[in-house]
Amino acid sequence: MAVTLSERAARHVANYMVKRGKGIGLRLGVRTSGCSGMAYKLEFADVAQPDDIEFESHGVRVLIDPKSMPYLDGTELDYAREGLNEGFRFNNPNVKDACGCGESFNV
Amino acid sequence: MALLQIVEPGEAAAPHEHRLAVGIDLGTTNSLVATVRSGVAVVLRDELGRALLPSVVRYLPDGSCEVGYEAQVRQALDPRNTIVSVKRFMGRGVADIAERESIPYLFDDGSGMLRIHTAAGLKSPVEVSADILRPLRLRAEASLGGALLGAVITVPAYFDDAQRQATKDAAKLAGLPVLRLLNEPTAAAIAYGLDNAAEGVYAVYDLGGGTFDISILKLSRGIFEVLATGGDSALGGDDFDHRIFCWILEAAKLRPTSVEDASMLLARAREAKEYLTFHGIAPISGRLNSGEVVDLQLTTEIFAEITQTLVAKTMQPVKKALRDAGLSVSDVKGVVMVGGATRMPQVQRAVGEFFRQDPLNNLDPDKVVALGAAMQANLLAGNRAAGDDWLLLDVIPLSLGIETMGGLVEKIIPRNSTIPTARAQEFTTFRDGQTALAIQVVQGERELVSDCRSLARFELRGIPPMVAGAARIRVAFQVDADGLLAVTACEQTAGVEASIVVKPSYGLSDDEIAGMLKDSMAHLKDDALQRALKESQVDAQRLLEAVRAALAADADLLSADELSRVDSGIARLESAALGGNRRQIMLAMDDLEADTKDFAARRMDKSIRRAFAGRNINELESDSPATRSGETA
Repeated sequence: MAVTLSERAARHVANYMVKRGKGIGLRLGVRTSGCSGMAYKLEFADVAQPDDIEFESHGVRVLIDPKSMPYLDGTELDYAREGLNEGFRFNNPNVKDACGCGESFNV
Repeated sequence: MALLQIVEPGEAAAPHEHRLAVGIDLGTTNSLVATVRSGVAVVLRDELGRALLPSVVRYLPDGSCEVGYEAQVRQALDPRNTIVSVKRFMGRGVADIAERESIPYLFDDGSGMLRIHTAAGLKSPVEVSADILRPLRLRAEASLGGALLGAVITVPAYFDDAQRQATKDAAKLAGLPVLRLLNEPTAAAIAYGLDNAAEGVYAVYDLGGGTFDISILKLSRGIFEVLATGGDSALGGDDFDHRIFCWILEAAKLRPTSVEDASMLLARAREAKEYLTFHGIAPISGRLNSGEVVDLQLTTEIFAEITQTLVAKTMQPVKKALRDAGLSVSDVKGVVMVGGATRMPQVQRAVGEFFRQDPLNNLDPDKVVALGAAMQANLLAGNRAAGDDWLLLDVIPLSLGIETMGGLVEKIIPRNSTIPTARAQEFTTFRDGQTALAIQVVQGERELVSDCRSLARFELRGIPPMVAGAARIRVAFQVDADGLLAVTACEQTAGVEASIVVKPSYGLSDDEIAGMLKDSMAHLKDDALQRALKESQVDAQRLLEAVRAALAADADLLSADELSRVDSGIARLESAALGGNRRQIMLAMDDLEADTKDFAARRMDKSIRRAFAGRNINELESDSPATRSGETA
């Protein structure tokens, strides 16, 4: 069981955290919503919850709530550029199909 | 697969509902667009990695246009169709443009609004600005992966309403919803986080390519108030280049050069200037058309010396702005540097010495305004972090007031007041024994209620009966941070109170607001005359009211002859008051006042006799408030 960050993603996260000036790490999760069932949550984390599952990847602390874990297991968070756009991308092996834009997905 | 950004805890948006917002610095020379990405403000670059978009538009005969660097390189070839520095023309008529002879454009002043003849037809500054904003919008949409919720666009602090409205119109034309217009110095201050800093006075020193602006801001309760502005619209980094250029000619003993040589040497001069920001000596070399070779070394010392007068020239407006604000150097808590030209060490030094503190300069001075605008846009779009306060930089778009007698508007909160705000004014009753007062809340710039928008109406009841003008009714307007208006009316002697809450901008679209503003300017003179007429009509009614009351009480003091004269005076004033001739009303009032002067004197005598009847002089003395002890003994 693991969720990881690519080195590039970790570098960006670390950079954002320094500029933000607070926070203990990154919180990943899924929620039920969107046109295809589920949607990702990508937030700064200021506090850890007691039942959080924790990983460390390239120096970044990753927190995941236990309910989200089955949907995210094996995911690698990457940072990508598409034309002028740039941002984080979930490479998630659990996804069966996603909506056109990939913002929500099904497992 | 969509690319995601990290958001604040608990702020994750539903899919496809990201609140994308940008800040745009619509500059005289260059424009930029910025956004907040994963909590950090960044400037968005084009496909070639360039952050700046030169504010230059070239119009082509087929109706299309080139914008930015593309247009800039053709400027010399096609000066009439290549519009630069259009910002100077925003919200202006041809008559407002200084040094029209030196501008290569063909102006058209038909509709009062300035327009420029181009190969693609007549273009207004609003359209030209929209053509600059459009590629910035497209860049932002491509960079953020979706349509924009809106933009915060910066404007100089000294922009008047016509110029601000023109900026808004340009954004609308470019398909950009405007979240807010923000003053450039305020944006710079926000970029430095001063909105979260201690309250106090800050100076923003903005030396751009061709313009210099100084603004004195005061921060209190999260609101930046512009205390004073100043500057020089013909002083900027380009003048420093020119000084180096002149120095090269002199040092290399060159004769006046050809156009190509001059532009080559100017480019070398600019490079040398930029090099000296980080180095002590800049090499300057080049080969002229004539074969002459330039090979010089410019030191920071020489550079500082030859530009000393330029730096000194910026300090005059700084001193004046401080004086206008009624402040001294020691009152200034921080100094923000804006504009690429502030990178020059001698400028930094001069500003530091003048304000006796190190200026804030760790953000890129070319980008600081756009970054601040992006941060504001992010907040306005609702992407705020838990600790963030709302930035309360909003202003009231149209004046708020109440209706007074005669259908006139008494403005209580003038437009452009920053919110939250509270103002109060005292009013009184019109009739003897009046026990209620209807309060009509209106919004608009016109003098007559019928030309303004009515927002609400309520009544204050339970005023104790008093003679007209004796009641003291305090009407207080309070607008909170969300733009909600609460109006309270309170009669001071009896303490009765009534109030109502309204949303002042409710139902008013930008178009309507613009229309109302335009109306008020167009009708300025009309309105003043109308107001004067209404005021004299109200005065006439008041006089008629008083005379009728006097007649009802004391008609017996008048002879039949006098009575008929007063009656006919009343009739004349009544008919004059119905008409629209202010002079006739005034004359009829003068007549009636003259006819009733004796009557008033007789009534006065009568009431004194009545008061004193049956009392002797001793009683009267002991009645009077201050008695001198020696006489009563």
